[in-house]
Amino acid sequence: MIERAIGAPEMALVVAVPLLAACAILLVRRRTAVLGMVASLAIAALAGCLIWRIAQEGPQRMNLGGWSAPLGITLYADGLSGWMLGTTALIALFVSVYGSGYFHRNQPATQFGGTANFFWPLWMFLWAALNALILSADVFNIYVALELLGLSSVALVTLSQAAPAVSAAVRYLLVSLIGSLSYLMGTAFLYAGAGTLGFKELASILHPESFSFAALALMSTGLCMKSALFPLHFWLPPAHENAPAPVSAALSALVVKASFFVMLRLWFSVFDRVVTEEAAMVPGILGAAAVIAGSVQALSAQRLKQLVAYSTVAQVGYLFMVFPLGVLNPSSWTAVGGALYLVSAHACAKAAAFMVAGNVLRAYGHDRIEDLRGVVQQMPVSMFAFAVAGVSLIGLPPSGGFIAKWLLLTAALEGPEWGFAAVIVAGGLLATAYIFRVFSRSFRNVTDLGDFKKIPARMEWSALTLSLCSMLLGLTATHVLEFMQAGTPLIRVAMMEAGP
Amino acid sequence: MEPSDLYGSVGIALFALGIYGATALGQFMRQVLALNVAGTGVFMFLIAIAHRAGTPVPDPVPHAMVLTGIVVAVSATAFILVLIGRLRDLSGSSSAQDDRDD
Repeated sequence: MIERAIGAPEMALVVAVPLLAACAILLVRRRTAVLGMVASLAIAALAGCLIWRIAQEGPQRMNLGGWSAPLGITLYADGLSGWMLGTTALIALFVSVYGSGYFHRNQPATQFGGTANFFWPLWMFLWAALNALILSADVFNIYVALELLGLSSVALVTLSQAAPAVSAAVRYLLVSLIGSLSYLMGTAFLYAGAGTLGFKELASILHPESFSFAALALMSTGLCMKSALFPLHFWLPPAHENAPAPVSAALSALVVKASFFVMLRLWFSVFDRVVTEEAAMVPGILGAAAVIAGSVQALSAQRLKQLVAYSTVAQVGYLFMVFPLGVLNPSSWTAVGGALYLVSAHACAKAAAFMVAGNVLRAYGHDRIEDLRGVVQQMPVSMFAFAVAGVSLIGLPPSGGFIAKWLLLTAALEGPEWGFAAVIVAGGLLATAYIFRVFSRSFRNVTDLGDFKKIPARMEWSALTLSLCSMLLGLTATHVLEFMQAGTPLIRVAMMEAGP
Repeated sequence: MEPSDLYGSVGIALFALGIYGATALGQFMRQVLALNVAGTGVFMFLIAIAHRAGTPVPDPVPHAMVLTGIVVAVSATAFILVLIGRLRDLSGSSSAQDDRDD
């Protein structure tokens, strides 16, 4: 399969449509939910077309406006981008459905004075930033997309307007800006040393030299901060906990994965010849520590949203284990495939879990885990969704989480680093403990049910659908792993050159 | 040592100083100022690497990056200042220590 130089129009549209939709919604200011839903359907359809095209025609490349690099912007889409784009579209579509119920004008408005209208434009900006990031083919475009992503995420966190949310947002923005500056400095080092910014060009130029090590270290540090890798995770729980539920779902499911995706691209394609086994151990060991630390903190969380947020810290830890597992075993796709699978399985499960937490909070006015007695009686759909999402978070068969952890475990046992296998198993046991903590309370039958407000049905059903998607992922593994490898030239350059 | 090397080194030093300040200082306002110092350091480094030996014409790509970076830095700083102001209205303090809840 050869790359087409003109590129598919969907590539530009998938970024342009959400941007235009955001501006249009800001200007119109009325019927924002209707406009937002129409735009969401359109973007998801465009993403679907692009994925279809990648599967049929192979990787796509496009020079925006006919300007080529270095002054123009190039977009690139291969199986890896297609997978991320699809995950984003699926989660984002259901976040939109959920958001249209959560920010509905019949819902108690006290918490969101006039700010509910701002959810839609900011959410569209966020989606545009995610798509732009995924399709970027050079390191500087990634910087711009990261900044747009950070700004829109922080703005969405502040929608609830309460002091804890604003305080969490300021800390989040500070971390995000430090991370971006560190990344930008790395980009500057790269340009100073290599004289180019494109992924493809860099991959053929970079060799183990001092400037490329410095650039890799600076860029990776910045990206780890944005992905909330332990011990730089301190900003995540307050931000994800205090944000409105649809926003928490999007942040935990998609935004932390976006910077992980950039790390993956950098380590396994751009810097493929620069990374060493010792360097790859650093994110791996931090990831292993995150699995344990995040799970233990989730176990002692007082509130449901807090528990789900700490669970994200733990699950991000699994993702970063791909670096040692992938670098130590360069001929195998197992570890990378496992990490990508986890990205999607966790995205579906975590978005569903945050939606359920939001439903509980909306229905009872609180989400204290100790006081969740009788929730299963009153919200069976939501709690079933939480159970299914929990199965995937723990990694039990036949969920997508199981496939992902199975692949990572296999990769860990193939090489000398069996210590990571022990952490993967321990993390699963800890996840079982914190998920069952919720159910040991909520299944307790009570006769005097507390105050209960009915919530829109779509808030319950979108959570259930997403959790079932995380289950479905477990059943389609072979096709998916094949698709992810479409257009591998950008992945494992060194391996391709070493091969026949 | 060429002048551009000097500018580049000063840029890196400013970046390091700014990042140290942004992580070590306790107050939000000071952290924002430190971040802007770090940003200036990155921009200075980028401007320095635009110098090409033997030709008076600088490389336009780093300049384009600096321009983009400045736009991002200005908007991010404005946004974070608004947030800090809002936080002061809500809680009567802009210090990072006063409301640390863990």
